[in-house]
Amino acid sequence: MSMLASLRGSIERIETHGDVHGLSKVALGHRSADAMLRGGLALAAVHEVFAEGHQGAAATGFLAGIAGRIASRKPLVWVRQDFAEVESAALSPNGLCELGLDPRLLVTVRAADVEAALRTTADALACDALGAVVLETFGDVRQLDLVASRKLTLAAQSSGVTALLLRVGASPAPSTAETRWIVRAAHSPPASPWSAWGAPVFDAQLVRNRHGPVGRWIMEWKCDERQFREPAAYPQPVAAAPAHRPHPAAARSVRRLAS
Amino acid sequence: MGGLSSPLRGRVGERGTANAGARALDDFPSVVVAKEHNALLLYAIDDAAIRAGLSIGLPLANARAICPELTVYDADEAADRKTLEDIADWCDRFTPLVALDPPHGLFLDITGCAHLFGGEAALLRTLCNALTRQGFAVSAAIAATSICARTLTHAAPGTIVADGGEADAVAALPVAALGADDAITKGLRRAGLKTIGDVAARGRHEISARFGSRFTTLLTHALGEGDAPISPRKLPPDYIVEKRFAEPIATESTISITLTSLAAMLVSAMDKQGKGARRLEAAFFRTDGAVRLIAVDTGRPVTSPEMVDRLFRERLDALNDPLDPGFGFDLIRLSASRTEIVVQEQRDLDATVHDNDELSALIDRIAARIGGKRVIVHLPQDTHIPERAALAAPAQHHLAASAQAAWPARTIGEPPLRPLRLFEKPEPIKVPFATVPDGPPHHFTWRRVTHAVVRVEGPERIAMEWWKQEGRALTRDYFRVEDEEGRRFWIFRDGLYERELADEEGKPIAANWYMHGLFA
Repeated sequence: MSMLASLRGSIERIETHGDVHGLSKVALGHRSADAMLRGGLALAAVHEVFAEGHQGAAATGFLAGIAGRIASRKPLVWVRQDFAEVESAALSPNGLCELGLDPRLLVTVRAADVEAALRTTADALACDALGAVVLETFGDVRQLDLVASRKLTLAAQSSGVTALLLRVGASPAPSTAETRWIVRAAHSPPASPWSAWGAPVFDAQLVRNRHGPVGRWIMEWKCDERQFREPAAYPQPVAAAPAHRPHPAAARSVRRLAS
Repeated sequence: MGGLSSPLRGRVGERGTANAGARALDDFPSVVVAKEHNALLLYAIDDAAIRAGLSIGLPLANARAICPELTVYDADEAADRKTLEDIADWCDRFTPLVALDPPHGLFLDITGCAHLFGGEAALLRTLCNALTRQGFAVSAAIAATSICARTLTHAAPGTIVADGGEADAVAALPVAALGADDAITKGLRRAGLKTIGDVAARGRHEISARFGSRFTTLLTHALGEGDAPISPRKLPPDYIVEKRFAEPIATESTISITLTSLAAMLVSAMDKQGKGARRLEAAFFRTDGAVRLIAVDTGRPVTSPEMVDRLFRERLDALNDPLDPGFGFDLIRLSASRTEIVVQEQRDLDATVHDNDELSALIDRIAARIGGKRVIVHLPQDTHIPERAALAAPAQHHLAASAQAAWPARTIGEPPLRPLRLFEKPEPIKVPFATVPDGPPHHFTWRRVTHAVVRVEGPERIAMEWWKQEGRALTRDYFRVEDEEGRRFWIFRDGLYERELADEEGKPIAANWYMHGLFA
């Protein structure tokens, strides 16, 4: 028994090794998600947000929300691969304003390739004046492997700056991230077709959580309060995405190949 | 500068740079020809050709008649110019003030520099020997004015003229040495004025009346009675430190140690006058004459040697064509070409000042690595055209401005009215039809995928800035639409139905639709 206890103790020590800032967390505002995350997203760690290629904007919105909550009044460095800008458009400062975030705190780095982006991200993570560092890539990136992710985690732990990875069009791979999300856009609450839509609504699935269980929620970003909330009226059930039906674009290209 | 104390200028002239490569075929005369007045004339010739009796300016046909076994090369002025600039780069090791005197000359302002090389004579010898070793024919001279020195290189190379001795030194030289137009030289010779001394003996007003005031000025300068400043290729930097090596260095570790110690010297020199560097340049002089210049810009004046060191390490690390030491560097120079007075700020009490410092240091480092234009901040612009509403500016220079910028405030309680991701160039989409001609679409196809529109809001009408635009600019009707998957788009129709979208007979034509942004 004491053997087991000591083993547990040493595992705990390994897991929290160097994790000076491990205790501080930032609540998302969404009650059940915060409960599942035991208070919110951990600071000084790496968080990953994945999305399919055509859900890039929703994932960007979700990640911008997280970044806004984590960085609060501190500068935010957003490292973007050039290719991502072509695929899913550039980040608009006016759009950030509309989400309730401050574009004055944003410094954008446009990296020509993944190597430069990774290196810049690691550099920026070492600067403790920042609130958060975002790394945005498009598609599967070979260079962003377990080793790279470990490096980012160590850099984040030693400086206390949080790293957020936006991986649009990529499939999840092993990493040392604290949490991993898969984000899609959710329908606006039902109303007449001509009524105004409300705040952005996300279908956020927590697929990995190093220190707790996972879950799936519909979250609404409240632009004025700058936090996530449960949507007030949302009768539609949260259903799994139809896995057997491919995206129309993919399906079409397959058909074209076949013909 | 003024020509009063002892401003000494040398001039290096070299002939036939383009045929330097032809020296291997020394036995046969070789010439370089250029086309002038529809005839091929000899532009440069080598020693063998001189022995064969050829001279510069001779038509090629005549030269072939004199010497049938001639090897002929075409003149390449661009390459000559490049070679001259490379030599000028190399001459930077003697003085920061080097001016070009095309096609074949250089001016070096060596005021106050000669003693570093053991005096004027030693400097002249070092320079000529080094260039001769590289295969150039050099003639050089030192005099108080640039024109006097140039005149001497044409007719009496190797001369060093003491102050006040200019008139005597050039008096016996032929007028051609002045380097005036051919017409003037010929005219002087026809008038029986063979040497510069002859010309100087005549009254200046006579000369001006006959040959123009520009020639008189040239003559005055050659005689040392007046001086015109040279225009150096680069502004002299505010601070220079350098290290020379008797034995050329090539290893990376030695180079980095040298840079570190130079950075410390440079910063301590600047520190005495309370300055910090905004632009730093490192020049690596290779033993074979090639010079590599690497510059780093900073957003804030740099005041610590560690920072200088780190910036250069980032820059050297990220070079596309790495620093090639070849046979080694014999001189490494670090200069601060732009400096600023550093305002000392209180650091410990006000945390935000400190933070900003760290952020700008980070921006400098990233910019040194991947380029200043790739690190940007956004500034709001006074326009309602969506794609022009924000200007991406280099963060190094606009960080302070962006922190003060006033962005349009959002309306409380409203959903986002502008998309989070905006296409720089709107992408065309296919719209099969709209229920009402100027209404929103039911379906649209974007990037090969058809989206069914579930929810629409709009139009938001945005007219173009007709007072700025040239030509046709159509009004846009923007719609915020949501598709069946819940994704939200910002699409617009280019042009107003019937009013702007009509052919010459007034019949309506189909509108173009575009995707401009994606909402979160």
